[in-house]
Amino acid sequence: MKSDLWQISPGFEEVMPAEYRELVDNGPFGKKLGVADMGTFKELLEEHPLCAGCGLALSLRLTLIALPNPEDTIIVGATGCSSLAFPQVSVHNIHSLFGNQNAVATGLKRALSLRFPGQVKDVVVIAGDGATCDIGLEAVVHSWFRGEKLATIMLDNEAYANTGGQESGMSRIGTVLNMAPQGKKFSKVNFPEIAKAAGCAYVAVAEPSRPKRLEQAVRRAILVAREIGPAYVQLFTPCPTNYKFKPSETLSLIKKREQEGVFQTMEYLSPEAEAYIKQIEEAKR
Amino acid sequence: MAIPQYRVLPGPEGYLPPAAAGMGVILPRKKDEALVEGAIVTREEAMEKAAEKLLSAKKPYIFPGPLVLWNWKEGVAEKAQAIIALAKAANAGIIPMPDYRPKYPMINPAVEINPNHPNLTIWHNKIDVCVFVGVHCHYANVALKIIRGGTDCYTIAFCAEMGHEDAMISFREMGLAEIKQLTDLITRKKGESR
Repeated sequence: MKSDLWQISPGFEEVMPAEYRELVDNGPFGKKLGVADMGTFKELLEEHPLCAGCGLALSLRLTLIALPNPEDTIIVGATGCSSLAFPQVSVHNIHSLFGNQNAVATGLKRALSLRFPGQVKDVVVIAGDGATCDIGLEAVVHSWFRGEKLATIMLDNEAYANTGGQESGMSRIGTVLNMAPQGKKFSKVNFPEIAKAAGCAYVAVAEPSRPKRLEQAVRRAILVAREIGPAYVQLFTPCPTNYKFKPSETLSLIKKREQEGVFQTMEYLSPEAEAYIKQIEEAKR
Repeated sequence: MAIPQYRVLPGPEGYLPPAAAGMGVILPRKKDEALVEGAIVTREEAMEKAAEKLLSAKKPYIFPGPLVLWNWKEGVAEKAQAIIALAKAANAGIIPMPDYRPKYPMINPAVEINPNHPNLTIWHNKIDVCVFVGVHCHYANVALKIIRGGTDCYTIAFCAEMGHEDAMISFREMGLAEIKQLTDLITRKKGESR
């Protein structure tokens, strides 16, 4: 994208709301910034309506900072908590129907490849666990079977959170929620293994208490999706509202779960993806 | 029995007003024609009416959309300057429509207008005449219909394409020269009234 597209027409600077002016003057476009630069630039997520202490909001914020090329990225989202934040995200984004996000992203990626041959256009799917693992399972897994060059990021809050708290496939066994009073009867779906088996060249599980790790996972996923094949990142994003813990305890809960051995981060790269990432990261050094 | 012609007039027409196109209002086919309250007239007649409405308004406002707010291609900066000159001539305020997406929990109606709930900005600022310019047609259509449904604001659309049936005054193929022409007319009318 030409950087001069981000210019306010002369004379309209004064009437433009502050958040747009700040994006133009101090936004991340074309600057190759990362989580280490947080606080020094205008971020891509404006004030949003998600709950206090929302792990998903923090993970979305970090994910947006981690985008390697935000000016040439299009995000495809789906219904869920994250869709309430997307109107305040300054990256092109499409809200698809609940569950068809990977099908929409497939068409978009193919169209962009035809319209802008030779140019980098990252198509990134960001959706919740319900949209990815339950309602959108067919579209998600088939996009992987077909080897579509998409990065799929699941914001896993282990529930349908903005509809009052129903269990999802990603809720843990025994989970009791407002609308699952008897407790979940089956185990959390091992989605990273499904992603590997379905042909993802890069699979990672990360969480927001380690921002650098999360950034690395998102960047690697997007880079692998550009050149090698589908990539999947699962971000554990606890929900204080439905799991009824204090908003200030979101990150400590992740660590506690890790210590208890019920949550683990992981990373898998196919041999081709590993060689490609190694080549890119060595060239950077 | 002849069906009376539907007139596109200020509302509030109520929740879910009919689309003017569905009531038989047809966009003019010639470049030098425009729509005034649902009827096809010459562009000059429409300009006279627009100038009259803007000059007699208590709180006229111009709502520039992304097509003119962002300096994204050649010619846009000149058009933006012409819009600012028009606002000055008509003593109109400017509130931008920088984004089409609905914002939660709500926009700040003092500083921006959103096509999904344009009535909030109109009510908040007590706007009685407004001009849409540089707004993509599908969002202009949505917003103009909502304004007619819920407010008594008089709407004027400067469209670079074919125009908008749901605006009370609709210009088609409104370019730089035509905006300047309207500004000159307003300036002249102001001089005459002194």
